[in-house]
Amino acid sequence: MCATCGCDHESSVLIRKVESIKPVDLQGLQLTKLPTAAEPPRRIQLDLEQDILLKNNLKAERNRGYFMAKDILALNLVSSPGSGKTSLLERTLSDLKGELTFSVVEGDQQTTNDADRIAATGAPVVQINTGKGCHLDADMIEDAVQKIRPENNSVVIIENIGNLVCPAMFDLGEQSRVVIISVTEGDDKPLKYPDMFQSSDLCIINKIDLLPYVNFDCEKAKTYARQVNPKLEFIELSATRGQGLEQWYHWLKSRVHEPALLK
Amino acid sequence: MHELSIVMSIVDTATEKVQEHHATSVESIDLVIGALAGVDDHALEFSWEAGVRDTVLQHARRNIIRMPGKAKCSNCDAEFEIKEIFDPCPACGDHLIQVIQGKELQIKSITLN
Repeated sequence: MCATCGCDHESSVLIRKVESIKPVDLQGLQLTKLPTAAEPPRRIQLDLEQDILLKNNLKAERNRGYFMAKDILALNLVSSPGSGKTSLLERTLSDLKGELTFSVVEGDQQTTNDADRIAATGAPVVQINTGKGCHLDADMIEDAVQKIRPENNSVVIIENIGNLVCPAMFDLGEQSRVVIISVTEGDDKPLKYPDMFQSSDLCIINKIDLLPYVNFDCEKAKTYARQVNPKLEFIELSATRGQGLEQWYHWLKSRVHEPALLK
Repeated sequence: MHELSIVMSIVDTATEKVQEHHATSVESIDLVIGALAGVDDHALEFSWEAGVRDTVLQHARRNIIRMPGKAKCSNCDAEFEIKEIFDPCPACGDHLIQVIQGKELQIKSITLN
């Protein structure tokens, strides 16, 4: 069953549990024991107090442990569609080639278009197509990372499905969550999608070269975002024109283990 | 609509418990859902109908215990109810608040038969 609408459409990622309830074999029962009317039905009450997303959270912690053991910086990039996640990645991978080692996990419902763009930069990349699914989960990341086998002291960037709602709830095991908004969107996005901004560590405001042409107010967007998450950091940049990229690169490098010290 | 993923996680846990205890199905299930947990009631209802079909939860009675949002101000220690995570402290107006209740997303208990 697909994770979006419950349809039975075939896709590569299916979340399905269809254990049908087996009817009791009455003939077999009659030979050994006849059920009597007086016998109360067996009831078992279990006090679980268990987090519904426990399995995802446990898997996410496993992923986090794997990344930590290998001194890998794992980032979860989240945004609405079209905010420039892939463009920022392409630019980052090209500009920091030789300085940092990257691998990328691309999440999209369909196509390998984004992964193809990343592959063109020379970085190892795995595409996850969720079919109808609206978010990545920790299980998918484990599979993807096993395919990449990222190097020690490297950076793994996970580009989540373009969606500011659903991915907020699913820990992937990342070290930091980076939310990207672009100035062609409304500056009240942080209030409209508070869960995503609350769970993020860094907010990148992209496409600032377009500020003269749009009504986006950067300070207002930051004020709204700080109301949701007072600890959120901000970087304003343009992935296509290059403004502000140095600050982003500094942020990245400051979080990666210095490979020279370990070699 | 991540609510279907949530329902499928509940189905997974319920199926596991039914197998563990050699039961046949779930009679009732109590869920705790916080007001700030990011779960939409209508989406959950829709996903539930689709997600539990042909599973041990198909005929289960579902009871949802709702927890209102509560926060504590990191500035003045006031405790108060919140509707949104960006609500400021009513005592001092600060946004530096810690959510102390309302993020719950839990299977509280389950009755098998």
